[in-house]
Order: sequence, then structure tokens, then C-alpha cells
Amino acid sequence: MRVICPKCGERDLKEFYYQGDVLALGRPDPDADETLWNDYLHNRDNPSGVREDLWYHEAGCSAWIVVTRNTATHEILKTELATSRKTAEEGNA
Amino acid sequence: MKFSGFELLKQGLTGNTGWAPHWRRPKPKGAYDIVIIGGGGHGLATAYYLAKNHGLQNIAVLEKGYLGGGNIGRNTTIVRSNYMMPGNSEFYSHSLKLWEGMEQDLNFNTMMSQRGQIVLFHSDGQRDAAVRRANAMINRGDDAEILTTAEVRKHAPYLNFDSARFPIYGGILQRRAGTARHDAVAWGYARGADLRGVDLIQNCEVTGMDIENGRVQGVQTTQGPIKAKKVAMVTAGRSSQVAALAGMRLPIESHILQAFVSEGLKPVIHHVISFGMGHFYISQSDKGGLVFGGNLDYYASYAARGNLAMKEHVMEAAMALMPIIGQAKVLRSWGGIMDMSPDGSPIIDKTHIEGLYLNCGWCYGGFKAVPASGYGFAHLIATDNHHPTASGFRLDRFRTGYGLMDEEGTGSQHNLH
Repeated sequence: MRVICPKCGERDLKEFYYQGDVLALGRPDPDADETLWNDYLHNRDNPSGVREDLWYHEAGCSAWIVVTRNTATHEILKTELATSRKTAEEGNA
Repeated sequence: MKFSGFELLKQGLTGNTGWAPHWRRPKPKGAYDIVIIGGGGHGLATAYYLAKNHGLQNIAVLEKGYLGGGNIGRNTTIVRSNYMMPGNSEFYSHSLKLWEGMEQDLNFNTMMSQRGQIVLFHSDGQRDAAVRRANAMINRGDDAEILTTAEVRKHAPYLNFDSARFPIYGGILQRRAGTARHDAVAWGYARGADLRGVDLIQNCEVTGMDIENGRVQGVQTTQGPIKAKKVAMVTAGRSSQVAALAGMRLPIESHILQAFVSEGLKPVIHHVISFGMGHFYISQSDKGGLVFGGNLDYYASYAARGNLAMKEHVMEAAMALMPIIGQAKVLRSWGGIMDMSPDGSPIIDKTHIEGLYLNCGWCYGGFKAVPASGYGFAHLIATDNHHPTASGFRLDRFRTGYGLMDEEGTGSQHNLH
């Protein structure tokens, strides 16, 4: 599996740190209900198929990347900078 | 049919024509008292102990594929009880005792081989941690010995003792630890459950869960609907998918764990050896293959195969610890799908749905847990109370933060175990 960094191009898997589900970008408010925090911290859809997760180009450009990939085949469908995702969300809000 | 020396001799002399199938192939009935989803090691052990310990018989095990075709069918077969955290500690201790009596109990040769496990340490700090762990094991009633470098050398002279980077300071030896024949464990429990009247139904995938007024009523399957008073989910590797049928989201993320087998070699490695400075462990199977593995690939996956980065790490660790392994050729490797929980410990609990029980989250340690998991889960299903040896594996420990079992001390977070 090679990950396509939006800044550096296709790079070896070893350069990346896997954070987990992309829901990490949607941190609840500090005072949010514990159910929301439990879902954020622990509970996962964990699909066998296409999902989005968050990777960090640790041994590269230090970018946080949203990777859309298929967990059943290891195919990477799309990568984009997490900052662009956050900016888009804020723009829509 | 009962296995015995006499039976073996008789069959041998009569051309092995008298062996009968070890279990029936029944059609599912319309209703059972208990339906167990998952015919792997844990599910079959659960069925066996429900029948044996609790006298229950109206039970079906539903298996999507064939019995023992998941992680029980391919793993690194290590049995040990070197855990330290309360909750884990008494559970794995109980499990090792069940392993020791399993062959007699099941009347089945599971090739349990108590060849001993040596976990190496490579610094003064690691020695302190090892002594603490060994003391915890001894206090619980299990065996543990701290070996000096010279003593490790007697047991395993082929290790790289003179490594400048990873010198071997000693190791914890647990003599009662070892390996067992993984398939035989599934087959032994399947046979034992079948003999006690449990219906083992293969090629039967659960496609839906019938729940009314917060109570489970039965399941929908590829072989038709089956009513059940109680339903138990024991599908580690696919827990999230099965739980989703009941509308549940679990604290589980599925990861890849790779393992490797070399070509068959003459006996060279007599123990289970674990490296302390890189994730690498090894034993030698009775067929002669070196069976070894390392850490998770560390990304969510159901692909049942890993990537080269972790293969490279495992091979590097192997060469650092035992350079002789460079002479061996890897025959095959595979990736198992691990139910990873945030704290690295499993879940054996009821759910918020009445009559629905959950056994999952075995991370990379499910094999050695098979007997105690089945024992404890059967107790929970039959009595609605946790067995004393399996009372810590609560589903709500993540929400409440109470009773987390983070054996590695790295934190309760999905990507840390």
C-alpha cells in the first residue's frame, strides 16, 4: 500500500502515521453529552469497504491527510488535505 | 466414538475404515433456547461449556463458513498466562488451567505442548518491569522464573547475546506456557458440543436480528428464520458487522496482524521466544516450520493480508535477535483480521438489548483465551451473571473509564494497541 500525499505525491506507507477514523476531525464540544464523547472516542462504524480515515505524513511534510480507501482491498480512492476539509466545513457552517 | 490407544490400534490394524464423522450436519430447527453466532474457537467453546457446565442442550451454533475457519484456523498458537492487570490476570490464569486439562476433558488430542515461553529483556529498566510482572504471575498462583543471561543461553544458545544494540539481560520463563494445535481446539470443542446435543450449522450466515420491545426474538439467516430466547454474538473479526444487525456500534476497529511460517526445518527452537526490543516472537511447529509474527500493521483493514512495511520490521527484528534465521526461507505469510478494542482487552458482556450477549474485542490474543472465554461466556449466558474470572470485560468500561485494562500502559485509544 502506498499513500498519495497531496503535497508530496505517492509515498511509502512507512512514512505515515495512522490516526484512525476521520471522525477525529469532528471533536464534540467540551460540555457535550458523554454519549457524544463516547462515540467520538470509542465507538466506530468500522466498515468492511470504503471508509475515510486520517493519516499524518510524519516522515514527510507533516500534513494531516483524509484518505478515502477500501478496507477490503487496500485500494486508495482519494486523498485530500485535512485542512481543506476543515475549511470547507467552516465555509458551509 | 471415544478416542483411546486401543481404538487407534484397532483402526490401524483394520485399515482406518471405522472412523466416523466427529459431528452431525443437522438442518436448523425453527427455534432454540440459545443461538450462538460464530463457529470459531470461542463460539464452539461457549456451546461446549453451556452444555457441559450448565446442562443446556437446545443450542445452535450458526457459522457463516465452515467450523474453525476464522482466526482459530490460522494463528501463532501460543498459550500463556503472563498478564498482570486485574481482570486479565485471573482470566488468563484460568484459561491456562483449562488448557492443561483440555485433552482429557474433550477426549481429543489438541497437541498441547508446554514447552515454555521466554520473554527477553534487554536493559535494567526492562528487568525491573519483568520482575514486577513475574511477581504478579507468582502471586496469582502461576509459574514464572527470572532467568539470567547465562540461564537464557542454556535454554536458547542460538540467540544473539553479544549484540551491541540489544544485549540480552535475561528473560521471564513461564514453563507452563507453550503451543497447541489450533485446528484441533476448534474440532475438539465442536465434537464435544455435538456429542452433548448442540446443533452445529455451517454455511448459515446471520443476515438480520429480530428485536421487539428491547428484547431479542431470534435471527434471520441464509437458511431461514430461527427463533431464540437468547442470542450470543461471538464473531471476532466481523463483530462490527454482526452487531450492526442489532443496531449497535461497537468500540472496535478491525486491524491486520501478520504472521509467517518458514519451510520445515530440523528442531532448533524449543520454546516460544519473545524479543523485548522489537515486536517479534517465534516458535517451531511440530512439522518443523518456524512460526513467527510481529505487530499490527496499524491501519483499519479487512483485507486478510498485510503490507511490506511490517514484514520488513518483523524480518529485521528476527535478524537482530537470532541471525541464524537468515538461513531459513519464508514459506508463506498471512494477515488475520483482529477485533481491536481501545484498551487492548476483550469484551464479554450483556448488551442493552435483553437476551443479546456479546463476546468480541480479542485483539491479537484470542487463541490462548479460547477455553476461559467459552467458559465465562457460557456462564454469563446461562446465569446472567459474570463468571468471577471474566467479570472485568465490561462493554461500558470505555464510556465510564472505570475498569479499563490497558495491559501495555499506552492509553485507551484505538490506534495505540
